[in-house]
Amino acid sequence: MTATVDSAPELAAPRSPRRRPARRNNVELYAWLFMRLSGLALLVLVLGHLFIMNILDGGVHRINFAFVAGRWSSPFWQFWDLAMLWLAQLHGANGLRTVINDYARKDATRFWLKMLLYTATVLIVALGSFVIFTFSPDVGS
Amino acid sequence: MASTTAAEAGTADVPARAGSSRSGGTLYRGDLGMWSWVAHRVTGVLTFFFLFVHVLDTALVRVSPNAYDETIALYKNPLVNLMEVGLVGAVLYHALNGVRVILVDFWSKGPKVQRAMFWVIAVIWLLVMIPGAYFMLERTVTEMIGGH
Repeated sequence: MTATVDSAPELAAPRSPRRRPARRNNVELYAWLFMRLSGLALLVLVLGHLFIMNILDGGVHRINFAFVAGRWSSPFWQFWDLAMLWLAQLHGANGLRTVINDYARKDATRFWLKMLLYTATVLIVALGSFVIFTFSPDVGS
Repeated sequence: MASTTAAEAGTADVPARAGSSRSGGTLYRGDLGMWSWVAHRVTGVLTFFFLFVHVLDTALVRVSPNAYDETIALYKNPLVNLMEVGLVGAVLYHALNGVRVILVDFWSKGPKVQRAMFWVIAVIWLLVMIPGAYFMLERTVTEMIGGH
């Protein structure tokens, strides 16, 4: 990732300090590590969510407003869903960032696709958190 | 990142295949490591777009019980129900292959056994998806053939 073609003909003196690396920070390392750590957490959060919502006890057919209200009356499931929302959206955003970096050929395309991605990410995390924190079973009545 | 892992995983035991193109052509048809990486990307991107829609539909609980219930009824439609099986299958593959990627990265024997690990996750995937698909589609199918 950091490899640059060193075509300079002159050789540095042996044992002289290393050439300054092209990468000046560890952001990519932390992003790589985050994918593994959040992935492990999501393994439990998402597979548990899919099992409860789609398979257990009638699956999707029993889901309605009252079902959601019952679940979010418990701080445990509120925290579960909040953690899942943040980790899944950030994990997905970082994944798509990698995909954009791989396939966008023009700098402008890459820039605008990433702006779109970051806008969508902020929107989803903010909207989802807002809904979890302000949910009320009495809405609209 | 993910690409680096796939490249390493793919080359771990590739020499056996070098120059053994069955058709004699020159088209690179990839190796198991490459295709597992392609599937990881495709399932990840699909899940990302579903998550976007899913947060929006869930946000309707903030509008009114009716708005939410009417939208959630779409998820109970037979065709959408079938797509949910596809979604669960995609997420499950992504999760299992993610564990495989982690083991390739952090376990000293990981790169050597990456191919075997792929077949292990394939078997786990089938063992979960067969009963999983049954329970997800049971009601839809019985309603379609007229029972209740």
